Amino acid sequence: MTAVEEVPLSPAGNPIGFGNMKRVEDQRFVRGHGNYVDDVSLPGMVHGAILRSPFAHARINGIDTSRAEQLPGVLAVITGKVLEGIPRPDLLGDNFAWMPTLSYDTQAVLATDKVRFQGQEVAFVIATDRYIAKDALELIDVDYEPLEPVMDAKRAMEPGAPIIRDDKGQQDNSITDVHGHKDWESGNAIGTAEAIAAAQADPDCVVVTQEVMYPRVHPAPMETCGSVAFLDKVTGQLTLYTTSQAPHAHRTVYAMVAGLPEHKIRVISPDIGGGFGNKVGIYPGYVLSIVGSIVTGKPVKWMEDRNENLTSTSFARDYHMTGTIAATKEGKILAVDVDVLADHGAFNGVAQPTNYPAGFFHIFSGSYDYPNAHCKVTPVYTNKAPGGVAYACSFRITEAVYLIERLVDCLAAELGMDPAELRLKNLLRPEQFPYTSPTGWVYDSGQYENTMRLALEMADYDQLRREQAEKRARGEYMGIGLSFFTEGVGAGPRKDMDILGLGMADGIELRVHPTGKAVLRLSVQSQGQAHETTYAQIVAHELGIPPEDIEVVHGDTDQTPFGLGTYGSRSTPVSGAAAAVVSRKVKDKARQIAAAALECSPDDLEWQLGQWHVKGDPERAKTIQEIALLSHGSLELPDGVEGHLEATTVYNPPNLTYPYGCYVCVVDVDPGTGQVKVRRFIAVDDCGTRINPMVVEGQVHGGIADGIGMALMELIAFDEDGNCLGGSFMDYLLPTSMECPDYELGETVTPSPHHPIGAKGVGESATVGSPPAVVNAVIDAISPFGVRHADMPLTPANVWRAIQGRPVRVDMAVE
Amino acid sequence: MQVSMNINGEPITADIEARKLLVHFIREDAGLRGTHWGCDTSNCGTCTVWVDGEAVKSCTVLAAQADGHEVRTVEGLEGADGLDPVQQGFIECHGLQCGFCTPGMLMTARWFLDRNPSPTKDEIREAISGQICRCTGYKNIVDAIHWAAEHPRTNEVTA
Repeated sequence: MTAVEEVPLSPAGNPIGFGNMKRVEDQRFVRGHGNYVDDVSLPGMVHGAILRSPFAHARINGIDTSRAEQLPGVLAVITGKVLEGIPRPDLLGDNFAWMPTLSYDTQAVLATDKVRFQGQEVAFVIATDRYIAKDALELIDVDYEPLEPVMDAKRAMEPGAPIIRDDKGQQDNSITDVHGHKDWESGNAIGTAEAIAAAQADPDCVVVTQEVMYPRVHPAPMETCGSVAFLDKVTGQLTLYTTSQAPHAHRTVYAMVAGLPEHKIRVISPDIGGGFGNKVGIYPGYVLSIVGSIVTGKPVKWMEDRNENLTSTSFARDYHMTGTIAATKEGKILAVDVDVLADHGAFNGVAQPTNYPAGFFHIFSGSYDYPNAHCKVTPVYTNKAPGGVAYACSFRITEAVYLIERLVDCLAAELGMDPAELRLKNLLRPEQFPYTSPTGWVYDSGQYENTMRLALEMADYDQLRREQAEKRARGEYMGIGLSFFTEGVGAGPRKDMDILGLGMADGIELRVHPTGKAVLRLSVQSQGQAHETTYAQIVAHELGIPPEDIEVVHGDTDQTPFGLGTYGSRSTPVSGAAAAVVSRKVKDKARQIAAAALECSPDDLEWQLGQWHVKGDPERAKTIQEIALLSHGSLELPDGVEGHLEATTVYNPPNLTYPYGCYVCVVDVDPGTGQVKVRRFIAVDDCGTRINPMVVEGQVHGGIADGIGMALMELIAFDEDGNCLGGSFMDYLLPTSMECPDYELGETVTPSPHHPIGAKGVGESATVGSPPAVVNAVIDAISPFGVRHADMPLTPANVWRAIQGRPVRVDMAVE
Repeated sequence: MQVSMNINGEPITADIEARKLLVHFIREDAGLRGTHWGCDTSNCGTCTVWVDGEAVKSCTVLAAQADGHEVRTVEGLEGADGLDPVQQGFIECHGLQCGFCTPGMLMTARWFLDRNPSPTKDEIREAISGQICRCTGYKNIVDAIHWAAEHPRTNEVTA
């Protein structure tokens, strides 16, 4: 289903440009020759393990490490008290027991005063063997005084609720000090309130309010987080192998946090076994591996086990949303107002641009044309793990899209209107682009109706509705769910977007060697996205060098220029643009060199893929490979043209890119058991230009599986004592091959007008767009029982309860 | 205790603690890092290897239990004639992204195809239902194994 422009093939059979190309990376992975962090083994390396809190909220009255220290093989036991004794010369804190988060909050590296979530880091053991390190954890005696845990964001806001962040002198559990952002609000409050009030008073209008929870989930990459740190005391060089989606940003933060000179820090992210946002933040374990190497003088490896990954590292969502949508009875949307209670856990550890404390949630007005929108987000601390922006969420656009797509379906139900018809009535029209949304986003391009009509046609939507009617008549419950999403990705313009003050632009470097082979050095970090393949294709597209002749280097701060890394679907929009721009710089230089060699003016030359030739005389030409050799040779070069064929650039995106799509999900529900079977899933994505359609489609497949998982299975819940109920893959259920259908994909291509190759990015599109399609399908199936909404995950039990009219809070193990 | 086994036809003997897991023995004592560890609870399947020709999850087998047995890992799939068709199929059909689950998927896939050379796609889905992949959404993995079924291998690998 992919239209690919014909491009010439290289000697190896690869497209010299865009098109399906088998991945360079696969050769090592299928042989078991990947190199992940846990595969790193350095001479003399020892192992660290973390003692974690069994309580969600407790005072620490004392820690006795003496028995652990006496265990043969144990080299050191580090506690918060030890870290408090190490002064830290920076503005972000005064000792190593606390570290800054990416959101200008503080987080305990090792707990000193209290533990604030179950799984929090309490002590770090370093031993000769990972088994001994774990044994030693059992020998550490911690005197805990349990405190009342606050596991519910609503409870956290009640007067008299226990104060979680007493370390900061907080008088309540609200988060108010994020870089001066006291107000997490966006849009036109007054206009939206007036529009909703007017609709309420107007008999020709309807107003629907719905509470919608996006419960806490976890990215759960197959590879857990970990690091191997070695501080060479002779050279002062710190080498850190780590599971990082953003090695450069991490290096700078380590320099700021540890007071280590940045030029003496080398961060290497080798092969990464999936990230999904789980590997953006800096975790206490990474810092402890560094501290452990300082203390022992040896390389220290720390790898999480699965329970640690699920209970302590970056969770996602936990947004309690209430949306109000007003519309005319003909189905024209007038206004949407949203109130959110945002559960950030014990430390505000979200990883998102500074000026966007609620991420990009305020893009919630969605893909529809209406003038009034407003949201207010109230962030609170609870006794849960920190994090919040992860799991392919596009900086919380996942929550925004889920909310608006559920609200639109609720509105359709209220109006008795088909949800496809309602969406088609309100979609933005092509002539409205660039479109400024009611909350200030400037959508770059879109032909939404085309995309939606293609999805409906692929699904044979009208036939599905007929089938549904027939089945309902005989007591069978199938559901058809739609979603239409718009994302804003590719953060971002540096005047607006930074993380801890680091502007979100990305550097890149391209060198063409004398023989015409090339090396491209990236700041971004693949976790499976095939950068080694697709970035070579971008250079091939621009310069005509076969992709197999281009080596893509990434994941090592000593080998690559600075940039902010891969998350928020930002690689193609930012670094992919950089790859095109740097190639064009090389092409311009090649033109000057070709002109000198051909003894003509550069203006007399024209470009044909892979060569400059004299206009009207293709025989008088120099290929890019010939030019590369000339650039390194003895050819007299014009004034101002240096030898060699290379360039660097830093790409500062002028705007975000706005990929979008329309998804249709078909489910069958057994009302007796509540069991949901996803029968079909149709996805039409418009991500602009597709560099490698095979890779794009693979990412869409993965995102749909994520959405099926979140909609039906995945949940990090807690009991009232603060115990995490999703701490293993026995409890945190991920979709398998049995829950996922054979996806049906389509595409439309509306290039981004401001991106050099028109690409928009697609990494998170399906994770953002698929959950509402699945949920809308399930609700559609069981709507004959009077159900208008039920919260994810729609497990058999939760679907059954919804059918019975007895829904429960799914995120708490209390009825 | 001392354990000895053949891994991919190579004998290895080591003194280990009785509690050592087979996955750690393969990775640390035999130095074969292609077998990955993912969950501790036998759910994810990235640690899948063969013991005496049967696919097992090596995070839930003691190295001592493999004493005297034949173990085969992902590094043993490629033969003198090149990649096993399941390896080639994963390349052809884009059956992997981050690559972390791939070794276990490949070992299960080869084990399965040896017993069911002409499976339906539903049978393939069931065969890999004990393996978790977070990147691909499984469709291309199913296609990759189906591709391999249509391309019988020329390398005969036993155990």
